[in-house]
Amino acid sequence: MTALGARVSQAPAWLLGVVPLVLVAGFVALFAMFGGPGLDDRRGPPAEELAVERTVLEPGVFELTVRNDGPDAVTVAQAFVNDAFVQFSGAEEPIGRLEAVTVRLQQPWVEGEAYEVGLLMSSGGTITHEIPVAVETPATGLSFFGLLALLGIYVGVIPVALGMLWLPWVRRIPTGWLRLVMALTIGLLAFLAVDATLEGFELAGEGSQAFGGGALVLVGAAVAYLALTGVSSWLTARRRAAAAGGASGATLALLVAVGIGLHNLGEGVAIGAAYSAGALALGAFLVIGFALHNTTEGLAIVAPVARTQPSLRLLAVLGLLAGAPAVLGAWIGAAAFNSSLAAFLFGFGAGAIAQVIVQLAPTLRDEEGRLLHPAAVSGILLGMATMFATGLLVSV
Amino acid sequence: MAHLTRRRLIAAGGLGGAAILARGGTEAAGQHAHQDAGTDGPVHAGHEGSGHADFRDGRTVDHAANGFDPHELVRDFDWGRTTRMAGGRVLREWELVAIDREIEVAPGVRFAAWTYNGRIPGPTLRCREGERLRITFANASEHPHTIHFHGIHPSDMDGVPGQGAGQIGHGGKTVYEFDALPAGLHLYHCHVRPLAEHIAKGLYGAFIVDPRDGREDADELVMVMNGFDTNFDRANEVYAANTIPFAYMHRPIEVAHGELIRVYVVNVLEYDLINSLHLHGNLFDWYPTGTSPRAAEFTDTVMLCQGQRGIAEWRFSTPGRFMFHAHQSEFTELGWQGFFDVR
Repeated sequence: MTALGARVSQAPAWLLGVVPLVLVAGFVALFAMFGGPGLDDRRGPPAEELAVERTVLEPGVFELTVRNDGPDAVTVAQAFVNDAFVQFSGAEEPIGRLEAVTVRLQQPWVEGEAYEVGLLMSSGGTITHEIPVAVETPATGLSFFGLLALLGIYVGVIPVALGMLWLPWVRRIPTGWLRLVMALTIGLLAFLAVDATLEGFELAGEGSQAFGGGALVLVGAAVAYLALTGVSSWLTARRRAAAAGGASGATLALLVAVGIGLHNLGEGVAIGAAYSAGALALGAFLVIGFALHNTTEGLAIVAPVARTQPSLRLLAVLGLLAGAPAVLGAWIGAAAFNSSLAAFLFGFGAGAIAQVIVQLAPTLRDEEGRLLHPAAVSGILLGMATMFATGLLVSV
Repeated sequence: MAHLTRRRLIAAGGLGGAAILARGGTEAAGQHAHQDAGTDGPVHAGHEGSGHADFRDGRTVDHAANGFDPHELVRDFDWGRTTRMAGGRVLREWELVAIDREIEVAPGVRFAAWTYNGRIPGPTLRCREGERLRITFANASEHPHTIHFHGIHPSDMDGVPGQGAGQIGHGGKTVYEFDALPAGLHLYHCHVRPLAEHIAKGLYGAFIVDPRDGREDADELVMVMNGFDTNFDRANEVYAANTIPFAYMHRPIEVAHGELIRVYVVNVLEYDLINSLHLHGNLFDWYPTGTSPRAAEFTDTVMLCQGQRGIAEWRFSTPGRFMFHAHQSEFTELGWQGFFDVR
């Protein structure tokens, strides 16, 4: 062993771990100090990019929150609406990278009409944003949050609770039938996972790309999947009730409820944002559609506890875990909608559901240990068909 | 709860029955304009706005930094330098230099322009019918350019590629020489491809040939109607007469009532098919191309395609402030509007 090698081996481990970090920091500092030696300045003019993150409409005012998601600072020089320059306030100073500012444009607008809002940059570039249907943004007062809570309860909590009323039925059915119901549940969840992923990517494409765009959906999914896996193994270990090939019924039900809850959080965000943007018409049809559609989620929660004696308290907790996040999501979506956040939450919901499916899968095994036996496949397909069909009620 | 999108929800609500959830607060009643109650004009809450479309807080560009001011340009006629030729005929000469120059086309907005003599529009060249004209053109721009005059001249003086000196490269020089014909209002511009870009960047100006007997004394103005495509999408972001949007809103053109006003109007606007001029509270005599002594029309609105021009004449009978602007509202509210301040 050389002298250097000997000294390195004597150094404390933490020091060896820190050395590369210190060197990187020093290198970055020197590089910045000398202005990137050997490298030319950027070729071409500065790239000015702004993403509109939030639009608020008040009488006579369009308020836009924009974020600089380009590499260079952006200076807003003028603003226009529908091909006419307008007075505005905000964005007096250059907007730094990833910085968000709010500009308020003075515009006498008419309800129900479409507007194109534009910002003219100092470089001459323009950023335009369409307001497809102008509707006054609701004031975010107590009654507003109350209304959104009611909406969340209608489309989240009540349908889930109703679906859980299938519990007495699933208790009485034979084991083979129960497997079919579990397969049905997996089909429902698979549909939701795919749908949430697609919705997440759609939202990610709308807003600022600086925070990762579509990658946020995948990051959200990975975080939820890993986190739930960790929670699940912790719960299983704690209860010491690991049945062969799967977690206990209560643990499974809890995981299903959490997964569906996270999914409903994302849906709540979409509903809240749509409502505050005036794109959501609160009709009986909508609520009825959701009731039918989401009732199946309740079935998914109670199926794993069919062979146990769950307390009413546990059932209430499960129902609230699955449904109540819709209320929270609606609040977030209405008060602080951000497409990057929404994309992340949709990905989060999808990841949670994927994890739940993995947890549920062993319960499908029949006496011969087969997973995808004819009954299971039929159940999964039936679940997906159910979601598709009831989904049409919402999407018509 | 699943696959809900905002777009789908619009449709869902449309088919839905009675809303079972009352909308909180005030129910919007049908269509109505959102305007601040108690104010007469359009909404400019928080601003002492003029009620007209305008730049932020009524800010103006830095005319000094630009090197030209539309308030001076509007009455600036360049008669050149004259000498007598053998036989007594007048030889009138100008020197034009193509210069690349960044100008502020709207407060805070920089535009990499190409100019004649550092200004947009280039100098308003003015002469009398029948004179001999000699324009020395030097190209100090990084790009090849020409000067193509409208009017009557030999083909080698046409200022287009392949004719005469053709296009003049960086550092090059040429002389355009021809007779001042016919009397009227003309224009000049660069004719190098891509043509749209060479015009849109600012290489143009008015060219006036006075009739031999002159015209009636008048307060004379020149307005070159133009615009700028600052984001290069082949559509203009700003419009104006004499380059700077809203310039004559911020500082109206002062004229005297009862006095004959003569405006030389030239449209060079690129990308848009047409442009127009509209005068408030008055009508004017319109002389298309200024070539006939008789007015073609008594009107308050004329429409011009690119390259089309004419002379407008009228007298304000009363003092006051009268607007003039393009009668394409889009151009108007993107900068092409102004006031006459009639004293």
